[in-house]
Amino acid sequence: MRRLLVLAPAVLFLSGCRRAQNSLEPRSHQSHVIANLFWWMMGGAWIGLALVVFLLLLSRARANRRGFGRDTEGLKPAERPGWYVVVGAGIAMPIVLLSTLFVIADLFVIRTTEAPAKSATRLTVQVIGHQWWWEVRYRGTDAVTANEIHIPVRTPVRLEVRSDDVIHSFWVPELNRKIDLEPGTTNAIELDADRVGRYRGQCAEFCGLQHAHMGMYVFVDSRAAFRRWLAHEAKPAAAPESALARRGARMFATGSCATCHTIHGTSATSNVGPDLTHVAGRTTLAAVTIDNDEQNLAAWIAHSQSIKPGNEMPDIELRGARLDAVVAYLRGLK
Amino acid sequence: MAVATPPTPTAGERVDRLELMWQSRPGVLGWLTTTDHKKIGLLYFWATLVFFAAGGVEALLIRTQLSQPNEKLVSPNTYDQLFTMHGITMIFFFIIPMSTGAFGNYLIPLMIGARDMAFPRMNALSFWLFAASGIFIYTSLFLGIAPNAGWFNYVPLANRQFDTGRNIDFYSLGIIFNSISSTLTAGQFIVTIFKSRAPGMSLNRMPLFCFAYLAASLGLLFALPVLSADTILLFLDRNVGTHFFDVAHGGSALLWQHLFWFFGHPEVYILIVPAMGIATSIIPAFTQRKMVAFPLVAIAELLVVFIGFGVWAHHMFATGMPTISLVFFAAATAMVVIPSTIQVFAWCWSMVTGTARFRTPLLFIAGFIFMFVTGGLTGIMFLAIPFDQQVTDTYFVIAHFHYIIFGAAVFPLFGGMYYWFPKVTGKLYYELPGQISFWILFVGTNLLFFPMHIVGLLGMPRRVYTYSDGLGWTAYNLAETIGGYVTLVGILLLLGNLAASYFRGAPAGPDPWHGPTLEWATSSPPPDYDFPVIPKVTSAYPNWDPADRQEDRRKLAEGVLVLDEGHEQVATSPVDGLFAEIVEMPHESPWPIILALTVSLVFTMLVLQKFGVAAVMAVLCVLALLGWHSKEPQES
Repeated sequence: MRRLLVLAPAVLFLSGCRRAQNSLEPRSHQSHVIANLFWWMMGGAWIGLALVVFLLLLSRARANRRGFGRDTEGLKPAERPGWYVVVGAGIAMPIVLLSTLFVIADLFVIRTTEAPAKSATRLTVQVIGHQWWWEVRYRGTDAVTANEIHIPVRTPVRLEVRSDDVIHSFWVPELNRKIDLEPGTTNAIELDADRVGRYRGQCAEFCGLQHAHMGMYVFVDSRAAFRRWLAHEAKPAAAPESALARRGARMFATGSCATCHTIHGTSATSNVGPDLTHVAGRTTLAAVTIDNDEQNLAAWIAHSQSIKPGNEMPDIELRGARLDAVVAYLRGLK
Repeated sequence: MAVATPPTPTAGERVDRLELMWQSRPGVLGWLTTTDHKKIGLLYFWATLVFFAAGGVEALLIRTQLSQPNEKLVSPNTYDQLFTMHGITMIFFFIIPMSTGAFGNYLIPLMIGARDMAFPRMNALSFWLFAASGIFIYTSLFLGIAPNAGWFNYVPLANRQFDTGRNIDFYSLGIIFNSISSTLTAGQFIVTIFKSRAPGMSLNRMPLFCFAYLAASLGLLFALPVLSADTILLFLDRNVGTHFFDVAHGGSALLWQHLFWFFGHPEVYILIVPAMGIATSIIPAFTQRKMVAFPLVAIAELLVVFIGFGVWAHHMFATGMPTISLVFFAAATAMVVIPSTIQVFAWCWSMVTGTARFRTPLLFIAGFIFMFVTGGLTGIMFLAIPFDQQVTDTYFVIAHFHYIIFGAAVFPLFGGMYYWFPKVTGKLYYELPGQISFWILFVGTNLLFFPMHIVGLLGMPRRVYTYSDGLGWTAYNLAETIGGYVTLVGILLLLGNLAASYFRGAPAGPDPWHGPTLEWATSSPPPDYDFPVIPKVTSAYPNWDPADRQEDRRKLAEGVLVLDEGHEQVATSPVDGLFAEIVEMPHESPWPIILALTVSLVFTMLVLQKFGVAAVMAVLCVLALLGWHSKEPQES
């Protein structure tokens, strides 16, 4: 109903087909109230703009009627009282409208989008920003993942965010407003998704060379599926099954991989890059830059600098069978 | 000397004597040593036009890179430098110096009936410092090490740990360098506006244009020191090893943001207020009507900057500040809307109740009102904190502030170029190409900036060098890029029209528009001494008072207030504009450019981290200052 108020053709563009990161396709209570706020404000904005355009056109029409533009010699500057217009439309009207908006948005709606109190939710997820990926930890469990956050549906989740380096901003528009990740402080936001699904988000604060490739997915699972996922994620890595994968595991542990990555249950415990314990369970690589399949994984290991120039992972000197072995190992880490 | 001289010589002889007294040195040397506000204004105009071209090329490179997904026209590193330099250039090296340096310098003395700025040599100094700071910061771009952390340059990204090159040192030093120039300009305008008005021009009779420039100058004077402090702290953090912004050692990363936006938000109003001043000059001229609610508009121009100092944290709503602070700044943000709505309805109602002639300058003002209201309405949306937190740092914000900064701050500059073109050149511009250039620009900028609202709502963050297909952003981005090139065509047509008019336009005469303010009372282009006689002022629209202009001619014949016995102008009391004294003004001087050169050497040595040599160069600055003061103009 409210959308009928909107006078703009823009409404067709904005609410038409479903898109990946659309703040006007809310999938949570929080995003819903924000979107509603926007539709009302946009309706008001179009009316305000129409009023001013009307006045501009009126000035043109009135001058036309007086035969303006041919000759202004002899026209004398005229003083007419316009005070009532300026005081009424320029002071009184905006005071009423702005106060209304202020009270609704900043005293009432804001309560919905505020950070939840510390013990208000049963699940707390920690997100730590890095140049240029997201580290994700589940408080009270050993589960660690990267760039792909799983949460249960219709369950308030407290998301605690901070940064390990520069300022980033966590933003999944369909689920809630954004919150900055800062070094030295922890900020919080609530995620409480209405529907099962996959929601794309992206870093919103400029954070350096690969700011453009710092995406993330939030997977909203059914509660049962989420419990299974979390239990699995907390387990150590699966042992390699084939001979090729076993060779890959040895190379991973002794080669340069282990200097940056952790795989639980192995000797690789470094924390520079993302935790790879269950890397094969993720759908994407390099912070939602490429799909996670065999080819892309091999390409990422060997040529990460051409896929995401400037990222912290160097191009690894692994070719042919050696590369296949590491890929086979990582592909087995479901 | 006495106020009146005995009426022996004829008016013609007096004017000849003035001519001789105010004549400037010919040729290049004349331009390098000039202290004439009109020549300095033109220098500013040409220099800022060069920077506008540079910032425009950067913008088009950005738009071309974003025209389609995964485009590889520029590298991420180049892209970061491009958008940072685009912001720095358009704000510090185009809009501010174009509106204050070019328009303000040229027009304020003419509008208040003065012969020059209050401190002509300082005026020259501020131009040369401005030009030098621009060359300084652009050197970094040509070396490939331009600032690359965005124009608001957040730490820790901009600190040494994450940005190891010289890039950010060029930023901090370049900003401080440029601030010196802007501070001088601001002080200069304030003193000129308060002290150099023609006798009779009390504050309530001062043109609204001057109120706007007074507001902008006061804003600059109070905002710039905070920016300088911020950039000095950053320079120290990066080069001396202090930890002001280093969280790991007890510093604060948010401190940078607070100080930056304490400057940065008033800065937005500093950009826009001169444009409002231009609007309040053009509207009365093309409606042949005095401004509606003149005192309210004057107060609103000052208030918008004043309240603008209390809203800075609305740029930081997503940083996790306590809700109570957010609500305070949102309330201030609501308040700052009122002075703008006052002005919008005063402009509109003046146009409705006057007889509007939609010549090119007024078309640009109508376009300005449209763009300002659009950008203002999206600005109002940001006071709804949850919505601000949703769209901040997205293209929605880019759309909002380009409507304000390009649509509202630059359109009046274009309109002003047309409006005052006859005054500056003595020629009329071509009307039809002028109107066409307006419509191309109007369509182009809306096509360029409107779709940004939509992609912002669709989740596109700002400052991404590329994006992938399938997010629904592609078509909008292509439209924006096309709009960018249409805008370019409009600007080229505008400049081409003015260039052709300069060479082939019809003579304009002193007052082609029947303009209300004093600049239209003197010949076009104005003589070196601006006015043969210090004009009489009895209202805010002195050129619409024929009796007073008649009186000027009589005074010229009698030799009253002609001041043809020296390089002189009158000083008046700040509020009532009562005659106070006659002051001897300095002639042209080589010291401003010499001092600017020595200051440039200091900054060059600082960016090279040769602090010892920099200290030696600072001694040179002191020597140049001593030279400057070796011959003070005499007060009589």
